[in-house]
Amino acid sequence: MKTQGMRTMLGRVRGLGSAKEGVEHWWMQRVTAVALVPLVLWFVVSVIGLVGAPYEAVTSWIGHPISGVLLILLIVAVFHHAQLGIQVVLEDYVHNEGAKIASLLAIKGLALVLGGIGVVSVLKLMLR
Amino acid sequence: MDARNRPLSPHLQIYRWHLLMAMSIFHRASGCALAVGTLLLTYWIAAAAAGPQAFDTASMIIGSWIGRLALFGWSFALFYHLGNGIRHLIWDSGRGFAIPQAYLSGRVVWGFAVVMTVLAWVAGYTLR
Repeated sequence: MKTQGMRTMLGRVRGLGSAKEGVEHWWMQRVTAVALVPLVLWFVVSVIGLVGAPYEAVTSWIGHPISGVLLILLIVAVFHHAQLGIQVVLEDYVHNEGAKIASLLAIKGLALVLGGIGVVSVLKLMLR
Repeated sequence: MDARNRPLSPHLQIYRWHLLMAMSIFHRASGCALAVGTLLLTYWIAAAAAGPQAFDTASMIIGSWIGRLALFGWSFALFYHLGNGIRHLIWDSGRGFAIPQAYLSGRVVWGFAVVMTVLAWVAGYTLR
């Protein structure tokens, strides 16, 4: 490569850049965004169909093999996408280092807990 | 020089508000609102898994006028974030950066968000 600039060959191969994190955060935000486009449209259409539906209709929809799996994928993608986005907001506005780390841990932990509750709830209705 | 006394670049209160800037800020604001909305999503699915009584309570809360008002706001935030997210994905492909194109895509996103929100609520009220 002629256009190597100041960077070492090893640095180029690692591709992690000056922040040592590479494009992982940026890329996963896009991957989850692309996944969420069809998942969210499907979810909105489904929920509109469930307006005013009785309990049994809602639980059989959540527990159905196809909609159940899609719901789990939606939950995982939503919480992964949400915590990536909130992370950037916190990094932008919380300037105290301790408060920043604490709020980042809290938001990531909360995403895991809520996502876990959602997935387990869907699984419970799928396996009953 | 003391780090706190360094000259700062002009911020929000210096610039005249314009569409592209407002849309960028509203993308972040709608994302934050949707992150809060995941609490309701999780509650709804967990209530369905918990049983008919818990689900009835959830339905009552969501179906109340304040619940529907919140849901209306969240649905607009969702369609805006979805449309503007797709706009961002198109920008990621390197297209649409010319200023007239950015304004055009911005207006398309506003139109998409308004039309989809109205359609979703009309469908929700007529199909039930």
